Amino acid sequence: MNLSKDLMAASSTPLVLGILAEGESYGYQIVKRVGELSGGALKWTDGMMYPLLHRLEHQGHLKANWRTAQTGRRRKYYQITEHGLKTLKVQYRQWEIINDALSGVWRDLSERSQWSNPDGLQAG
Amino acid sequence: MNEFDLESGISEWKAYLSGKDAIKDSDTRELEDHLRMQVDGLIDAGLDSDEAFLIAVKRIGNLDVVSREYAVVHSGRLWKNLVFSAHTDKRDTTVGLREFGVVLILALCAATTFKLPFLAGIDFEDENIPFFMRNFSLFCLPYLALYFIWKRQLEMSGLQLLAAAAFAGVLFANVYPFSPQGSTEILTVLHLPLALWFLIGVVYTGDWWRSGSRRMDFVRFSGEFAIYYVLIALGGGVMTGFTVGMFSIIGLDIGWLAATWIIPCGAAGAVLVASWLVEAKQGAIENMAPVLTRVFTPLFTLSLLSFLITMLVTGNGIDVQREVLIGFDLALVLVLGLVLYAVSSRDPDTAPGWFDILQLILVLSALLVDLLALAAIAGRISELGFTPNRVAALGENIILLVSLSGSAWYYFRFIRGESGFSSLEKWQTDYIPVYVLWAVIVVVVFPPLFGFI
Repeated sequence: MNLSKDLMAASSTPLVLGILAEGESYGYQIVKRVGELSGGALKWTDGMMYPLLHRLEHQGHLKANWRTAQTGRRRKYYQITEHGLKTLKVQYRQWEIINDALSGVWRDLSERSQWSNPDGLQAG
Repeated sequence: MNEFDLESGISEWKAYLSGKDAIKDSDTRELEDHLRMQVDGLIDAGLDSDEAFLIAVKRIGNLDVVSREYAVVHSGRLWKNLVFSAHTDKRDTTVGLREFGVVLILALCAATTFKLPFLAGIDFEDENIPFFMRNFSLFCLPYLALYFIWKRQLEMSGLQLLAAAAFAGVLFANVYPFSPQGSTEILTVLHLPLALWFLIGVVYTGDWWRSGSRRMDFVRFSGEFAIYYVLIALGGGVMTGFTVGMFSIIGLDIGWLAATWIIPCGAAGAVLVASWLVEAKQGAIENMAPVLTRVFTPLFTLSLLSFLITMLVTGNGIDVQREVLIGFDLALVLVLGLVLYAVSSRDPDTAPGWFDILQLILVLSALLVDLLALAAIAGRISELGFTPNRVAALGENIILLVSLSGSAWYYFRFIRGESGFSSLEKWQTDYIPVYVLWAVIVVVVFPPLFGFI
């Protein structure tokens, strides 16, 4: 499913920071991980991942270094910083609030059965 | 069908990518690695190389859209693009010529405006020198503003702003009854150009100063303008000297011509020409700017440190007996300008390095010097009371203190890896209005406040 642009913009930062909190990684692997985490439902334009990584690097959330990969090519590896971890924690709390509120809305909707459980939407 | 050559496909794709201004070699390398990983993965999954290549290219996305995203993230590159895109245009030569024509006309207008007071009988006599000093920025900066209003197509709203600002400038430079050689007059001479330069900033940015990255562009512009202006002034000085010398060989003294026509008109016109050069020749100066900051940052650091050490060793306090405090502030402003310019020309992508540590040392030593000056002024004021010079110096030192402290703090955090370079940039661009506000206060409020002394 393609997400709206706003939703993408809002969710991409915590997703990338969260993935990098698992350990150092590089663009291709992060894109793959996003696919795995969403069961293939989240599809990003791969090329957009890099400007995002660069912005997070500017903001000091990530630091990067170039190393030679096993393939023999130079590759840029990204690592989360202290500052990035702090931001991730803040974002985590914010998303929890949204998550809770939205779950409440979905639950109410399905209880009142005003909405006969649209495709793929599970109550609770 | 199987004759698809993967390598040539990839190099074509790369060639298209590196044609984008916003994308640097390192970005191409990063994206190429991604593409190859994707292709290898798809071939392992059983696809032919041509299929794998097509899918991988599609997943990376439309390169025009992707490169636009790069340009947004790296706004310094975007600035470059704006300038270069005008040159890749087919109508390049006519557009360039028209712009040059506009600049030439505006430069001539500025030069002519300088001579207008002569018609009213105000010429370069000693008693009129203060008049020319107060008004110099008004002779040239409005034309520079016109250039940017034309270039950024600001039309009526830009013209109204310019008219209001120029009127206010003329008013505050000429209506106040300054006492001859008074200090409030000198303060106006020093601060009015700064206030007017902000007007240039507003029309230069085109979007009325709203975004931080546009402000940073203006800082970059200001630094490069200063470099070009100095270069033109040096060249002009040499040329004038030679011309006067040649005429003196054949027994003609044209010194008066140089003093009343060539130098003042040239100085006014050069403001336009220097700005146009910054706009048009971005590529040339770009290589120079980082070099210049790298040369002068260590030198300034050395100079400030040796000043501090000498003070410490000899025990000489800052001499406030003479009213040189304003000059002292100017030196600190120069340091601040250097730091700002270095920040604006730095590639925000690179990790903190020795040069950033040097910058931090420069900021810290300037901070120390500022504190010492502040203590000296405060002592002077509590001892002998307020004068316009002392209050101006006090205000400027406090403003610089806050600005330098913020810069030092964000530099420190950046070097420690606790925050990105963008927070330092944001601090500095957010603070710019404070300088302007102070300049306006000094020009508008100080003379009446201190009785025009």
